Amino acid sequence: MTRPRRVDLAAALVTLLLAWLVIYPILIVGAEASNGVAIRAFLTRPGEWAALWASIWISLLSVILAAAIGVPLAFLFEWFDFPGRKTLGALIALPVVLPPLVGVIAFLFLFGESGFIARAIQAALHLENAPWRLQGPAAILLVHAYSMYVYFYLFMRAGLAKLDVSMLEAAQALGADRKTTLWRVIVPLLRPSLIGAAILTFMTALGSFSAPYIFGGGFRVMTTQIVATKLNGDLPLAMVETVALAIVAIAGLLILRRTEGDDILVALGKGIAPRPRPIRRVSVRWLATIMGWGLAVVLLLPHLTLILVSLVPYGAWTTEILPPVVNFDNYRRLFSETERLRPMWNSFWMAAVSTTVAVVVAIVGGWLVVRRRVAWRRAIEGLLALPWALPGTVFAIALATTFSVRAPLVLRFVLVGTVVLLPLAYLVRALPLTGRGILASYRQLDPALEEAAASLGAGRWRTLARVTLPQLRPGLAAGASLAFVAGLGDLVASIVLYTFETRPVSIEILSSLRLDETGVAAAFGVVLMLVSAIVLGVGARR
Amino acid sequence: MVGSARAWHRGEAVTAAAFLQLQGIEKRWSDAVTIGPITLDISRGEILALLGPSGSGKTTMLRLLAGFEIADGGRIAVANDDVTNVPPARRRFGMVFQHYALFPHLDVGDNVGFGLAGSRERGAVATKVSAALALVDLVGFERRKVHELSGGQQQRVALARALAPEPRVLLLDEPLSNLDPALRERTRHELREVIKRVGITTVFVTHEQEEAFDLGDRIAVLNQGRLEQAGSADELYERPASLFVATFVGRANVFRGAAAKLLGGGATRNGVVVVRPERLRFGPAGLPGVVRERRYTGAAAFFTVESDDHERFEVLAEPDAAQVGERVYVEATRVIAL
Repeated sequence: MTRPRRVDLAAALVTLLLAWLVIYPILIVGAEASNGVAIRAFLTRPGEWAALWASIWISLLSVILAAAIGVPLAFLFEWFDFPGRKTLGALIALPVVLPPLVGVIAFLFLFGESGFIARAIQAALHLENAPWRLQGPAAILLVHAYSMYVYFYLFMRAGLAKLDVSMLEAAQALGADRKTTLWRVIVPLLRPSLIGAAILTFMTALGSFSAPYIFGGGFRVMTTQIVATKLNGDLPLAMVETVALAIVAIAGLLILRRTEGDDILVALGKGIAPRPRPIRRVSVRWLATIMGWGLAVVLLLPHLTLILVSLVPYGAWTTEILPPVVNFDNYRRLFSETERLRPMWNSFWMAAVSTTVAVVVAIVGGWLVVRRRVAWRRAIEGLLALPWALPGTVFAIALATTFSVRAPLVLRFVLVGTVVLLPLAYLVRALPLTGRGILASYRQLDPALEEAAASLGAGRWRTLARVTLPQLRPGLAAGASLAFVAGLGDLVASIVLYTFETRPVSIEILSSLRLDETGVAAAFGVVLMLVSAIVLGVGARR
Repeated sequence: MVGSARAWHRGEAVTAAAFLQLQGIEKRWSDAVTIGPITLDISRGEILALLGPSGSGKTTMLRLLAGFEIADGGRIAVANDDVTNVPPARRRFGMVFQHYALFPHLDVGDNVGFGLAGSRERGAVATKVSAALALVDLVGFERRKVHELSGGQQQRVALARALAPEPRVLLLDEPLSNLDPALRERTRHELREVIKRVGITTVFVTHEQEEAFDLGDRIAVLNQGRLEQAGSADELYERPASLFVATFVGRANVFRGAAAKLLGGGATRNGVVVVRPERLRFGPAGLPGVVRERRYTGAAAFFTVESDDHERFEVLAEPDAAQVGERVYVEATRVIAL
């Protein structure tokens, strides 16, 4: 009765493949890190501790700053009505579209020492030098706050939209004033949203590489420290640092998870959210409108600066406040010089291939986990989600280490220096994104639909193509577009694993900046930004 | 329309009475939960109801017939063609699902045409789709979205979709459970009419006796995975094979011991007698008791009578046959001895 089924074999194969991609490299790093000399070096050098501590406090402060911006914005846009609410509400979520590196260079062009604003102030006050240097922890925190408040903003708006208005009315009927209602009713109900946003912000900040790399200067966090150590050739020490960062990430995740609690809003069922209240007092309404628009302009300024810089040809903008020449020279060079087309093509095909494979793996995984409920389902689900819990640098180092040795018997091959390794790294990073979306869609898919197709004579492939995939489309499109955009703009894994043949756009942006080709770097950034926006827009369509 | 619909099912020339055969069909979920072995013959054009309480195995039986579950023992054959291990896609059994399972991303026409993919000709598919929709009285609904339809219309689309590929057997899983009660009785008659017009052999699952009686030609009563009895509504009601069938199908008063003897159930095997409420009447002599409750239904009333040994039973009689609190004697006009 219980003969081995083909499905169990498939489940075992998928589990092994995922384990080989996701766990095995981490274990190898762990093994290489158990090196007495390296551990002693790590423990005794003050620089190492400083970097680790910097990672932690930068991440915690990023959470606080992002919450301070995102939470009030969510309340403003969800509860109050003023002219332009809908448009601004969408514009404010825009930083989520920017690949981290593009956000960082946009900031550089806007607030940097030779940026737009510094230049204007320098000219206005006739200063000898730039009024400030955008460097160190403050600069990193500024970029983090700017790019990560979106998590709080989006999570809190979703939470507020689910909040049942009758809860607030009940609190009022029981004699609670506004403050009591806020702290005793609203905040506890929204706790899951708050914690969810905090976890996402913390993990993103901890793994953040672009901002510390560009603005850090002498100030090191763990991600930049690891890459620096690796470039210096001290591999054992890099392993120890990687393990330390992984431990901090897992510990942070576990601690934050404990505070999460159950999703009470879901437990109570769907509520009717309060309608946005129009602001009655004319003066207050004007204030809110001006503030809202002002804020939107501030938040959009980096994007606009990036576009402006991309239109300035090489060497044309020196000390003027506004650029004297504006044309499409940089874009022409981007699309006509093979040396610049190459990285764009690289990024596109590597992101496309890794996303496609990640989608296929997630569909097979979803089918095994949700539909066939195989014995290995928890392992498959856990392996699909794991790469999300660890910073990208950890995986980059782990893959570089694992696949620099030829030992086919233990499934290690030399992939370093080949075109395979970078797409493989993107794939690992893409798995949680596609896995999450597709598994969630699969869970909502009524199995009767697939059975109905079968009873109408549709075979396995026709059922997949005509019924299952169309029904999985929302989750699939969302996961795939996030994965594609992440791969397209990736710097964290690329900087560790790229070869000259596979150098992606992010690396090309860095080298353009190094050669003072700011216009070309900005043009690359604009292309990335537009493609990301289009892909995410298409992915989010119902 | 009637003629062409019937012509769909003229293809197979089977003279034997049993068109769909279940021989010792068994499904073992675990040691404690097993279904069957069940043997049942269904003749061509017959509508069979699988009736039973929840957990009786009726849905499993239907899914075994559809091929979504594979039997652990036994054989299923259609017109002497063994389909026990044939996958659902090649079984040519049509199925109407409990929640209809209409594809939300396809319109009505594409839903109904889904099973017609084999025929490459566009025109032929369109003709068959409109014929199937005409059958369920939904002419011109091809381009409507399924979520715009009412529950009853969705049910009819599901039926049209199942019938369009001209299946050998039609399976219905609780076909009326998703409709509101007012609509149920009308839909039941329409459903029976369509099935009879097409002449297709049909098996449907229900837990409601009224539905089984009204829609089925024959009813198979299942309990805890066993087939208790299969027969016409009259047979099940008048000659139940077991106490379970007697009490599950229709209202029943169960008497044992002295009370059973008093009502005239002398020669019973277990000393158990079942009497329908309408087969009891108040008389000058018989089983003594006191009327505790009276439920008026219009044409008649149900009287709850408590016998001297504190057993309660129901009598269906004229509304003014007795008063609450009155001491009465009850006699049986017909008893079912078990």
